[in-house]
Amino acid sequence: MENLVDVKGLKVAVRPKKGVEIPIVKSVDFSLKKGEVLALIGESGSGKTTIALSLMGYARQGCHIVGGSIRVGEHDILSMSSGKLLKVRGRTISYIAQSAAAAFNPARTIMDQVIESALIHKTSSRHQAEKKAVKLFHELALPDPEHIGERYPHQVSGGQLQRLMAAMALITDPDLVILDEPTTALDVTTQIEVLNAFKKVVRERNTTAIYVSHDLAVVAQMADRIIVLKDGEVQENSTTQEILIAPKHEYTASLLKAMRHDRPSRDWNTEKRLGEKKDTPLLEVKHLEVEFVKGIPVLHDIDLKIERGQTIGVIGESGSGKTTFARSIVGLNSRSKGDIFLDGEPLSDTLDGRTKEQLRRIQYVFQNADTALNPKLTIGAILARPLAFYHGMKGQQVEERVAELLSLVQLPVSISDRRPTELSGGQKQRINLARALAAEPDVILCDEVTSALDTVVGAAILELMSDLRKTLNLSYLFISHDIRTVQSICDEVVVLYSGAKVEQAAGASFSLAGGERLPRHPYTDLLINSVPEMRQGWLETAHQSCSSLPIIDATPADESLCRFLSRCSKRINGTCNQTEPSKLSMANGQHILCHLEYADISGANENVVNHASAKPALESYQ
Amino acid sequence: MKTAAASLFVQITSNFTRSLGAAIGFILVSFWLLMAVIGPFISPYDANAFVSYDVFGPMSAEFPLGSDYLGRDILSRILHGTPYTIGVALIATVSACVAGVVSGLIAAANSGWVDATISRTQDALISIPSKMFALIMVASFGSSVPLLIATAAIAYMPGSFRIARSLAVNVMTLDFIQVARLRGESTPYIIFREVLPNMFRPVLTDFGLRFVFIVLLLSSMSFLGLGIQPPEADWGSLVRENILALGEGAPAVIAPAVAIATLTIGVNLLIDSLGVKPDQDKGH
Repeated sequence: MENLVDVKGLKVAVRPKKGVEIPIVKSVDFSLKKGEVLALIGESGSGKTTIALSLMGYARQGCHIVGGSIRVGEHDILSMSSGKLLKVRGRTISYIAQSAAAAFNPARTIMDQVIESALIHKTSSRHQAEKKAVKLFHELALPDPEHIGERYPHQVSGGQLQRLMAAMALITDPDLVILDEPTTALDVTTQIEVLNAFKKVVRERNTTAIYVSHDLAVVAQMADRIIVLKDGEVQENSTTQEILIAPKHEYTASLLKAMRHDRPSRDWNTEKRLGEKKDTPLLEVKHLEVEFVKGIPVLHDIDLKIERGQTIGVIGESGSGKTTFARSIVGLNSRSKGDIFLDGEPLSDTLDGRTKEQLRRIQYVFQNADTALNPKLTIGAILARPLAFYHGMKGQQVEERVAELLSLVQLPVSISDRRPTELSGGQKQRINLARALAAEPDVILCDEVTSALDTVVGAAILELMSDLRKTLNLSYLFISHDIRTVQSICDEVVVLYSGAKVEQAAGASFSLAGGERLPRHPYTDLLINSVPEMRQGWLETAHQSCSSLPIIDATPADESLCRFLSRCSKRINGTCNQTEPSKLSMANGQHILCHLEYADISGANENVVNHASAKPALESYQ
Repeated sequence: MKTAAASLFVQITSNFTRSLGAAIGFILVSFWLLMAVIGPFISPYDANAFVSYDVFGPMSAEFPLGSDYLGRDILSRILHGTPYTIGVALIATVSACVAGVVSGLIAAANSGWVDATISRTQDALISIPSKMFALIMVASFGSSVPLLIATAAIAYMPGSFRIARSLAVNVMTLDFIQVARLRGESTPYIIFREVLPNMFRPVLTDFGLRFVFIVLLLSSMSFLGLGIQPPEADWGSLVRENILALGEGAPAVIAPAVAIATLTIGVNLLIDSLGVKPDQDKGH
């Protein structure tokens, strides 16, 4: 069959005003048959998006396509004038961007925007285009396909918006669709829905697509062929199966290894607690409740203990209250109920009410190192401040300690004269960590510290944190949406759903690789099952297992019920929609907030201790 | 701050090689700043000496910019007026910006009633047209240099406050401010060490703009006869007292007007070049 896309010797370079050109894509060749899905995979900076954009004859600001040829259908893209390219973009080739939320105009209805390119390219009348859009909404499994187009972008969820963007791209029946990290910004549970919708549409319409991603497991579900990129060069170009099973290139193999999180867990879990055994836990949270708007709690009745040298993980989807939880521990959010104790001493609700010593002992590492470091200060000044502030160090002493801290996070001392903007993402995150260490804290709260980083860089940061825990006897509270990260490094993991702690269990028990699985809260099950696995065909099986919901009667209004009820695949009519679940504590230290009879699943009845018997919600609320 | 100023200087100088406008701006501004200092000493005649028998005389070797309505040398009068125009405007601008930026930072750092009080007071001030305000001030207290400075400073403070506050509010939401708060830093440390350096450039741009406005305000006050009082004269009063020269096409009225124009254009060109980062690519 004839190739639809032929790319030969593509070269893209950054052309600074002064100095030499910096090549970012170095002579890339590939071709794509009609109906094929090709994936471009690599770390940030590998040139994958640049290549995808150049297929539309576009280079980002400062970049220039300096050589090669690109043919899509009968169009020779690189020789076309910008006027002619306008006719191709959106018509022959369409693009689905990473952030649908940023790609939609909030002031216009969804339908207007979805059919816009059909009207611009005059492929159909408004009426026809709208009919076609509704058909696409059906195919993409969007709720209420007849009327969703009348809504505005803020009235639909992120996952729905991403699918609507796919409808926008497909409305003109383009020859080629480019998907640029379309699910990276989504939660795993949403990602699975979106991937499924994409896959179905791509297959049914026999669409030719280029899928850009950093996540090999996601790509394995979508692509027929995979191109592995590094530093703007093709490392390997073969079928998905070959890449997954028998990677030829060394780099591909290392990428596979970094992404398979089920490698034997490092010293994180196996290591026993180093701290001297004390009766009072280092940090204790009791019955914490936080409200932003009076009467609407975003966190409900959360308990947590962190012992010395222990690492506790907190996972949940976006909006589950993970960050709010950490922020209320450090005092950035005030709580409406509950207590927090540090070494048995109660901590004040506000920052002003805490002593300098208390502030020093709990350090918070922010998710985004780009905004957490003052861009106008040098690294030396950033690290020196906590030293002077908490420990009253001066002059020579500060310099020595800064050098020590830098070597602790494995950075050269020379970096202290530079500013944050001159550092890479991983280096910035290390500085972020070093600043927390400068205070010599007892516990560090880490808010998604690796989620903005590449897999390999993120793994190195985790490695570093593990070493520091050993040498400095630190405790961590580790917040993440990535169950793979959390399970490999945490002694215990707390699962938050919609502000409630639905489960707490040992970190190792969350391991994805087979073995004996503990009984789980249905939400934890959903989370675990939604993590893409590095094998083809995973998507189909996984989606089946979590798509069917038992039918239940209408829930009584104004009742405090299980928060997961509307999505639970194990809900029981008459129980789950009538009464509030209670906390179950098991002998192995696991806590679950659910109605299900866990003893039956685990087969060990005597293990179950039912703390508070399930009381009818009506009673407690009237 | 020292390093910030140094890097700014490096940036200003490196901009000249890039932009003709910036170079012209820099030359004009530095010329007038120099004249503000040495002008009175290098002027050929005394500002108030009647040196020419010819009123509204033409340009000549003896009187390079002609003579005024009483036969005084225009060049000398402009040079003697420079410290008034630039000095008064500079002091007023610095006062307006310092007051505006500090109150803006305080308002941004303290939400609640402190912010509300400062903001509403500034809003009340901003609602009074600056020229009306200046007229009222001069009418009530009589015209003097300190009063002119105070008037211009008060009239232009709210604008500076507004800009500083909105910039500071944006910076305050960034994580490194939260880090500083979590460390237990005091409010003054946070606003001066963490926030201010991050709004330095736009505040400087605003400073330049405000300087131009104040020069124009003072000139128009002088033009109305309410600014610097005779026999002293700033550029605005030079334009006014020689307004009759317009009919005769004499340079007496043109020259001070050109002085005002070159200063404001020069400052504007210089400001424009500050907004562009040295390594910013203009696209393709």
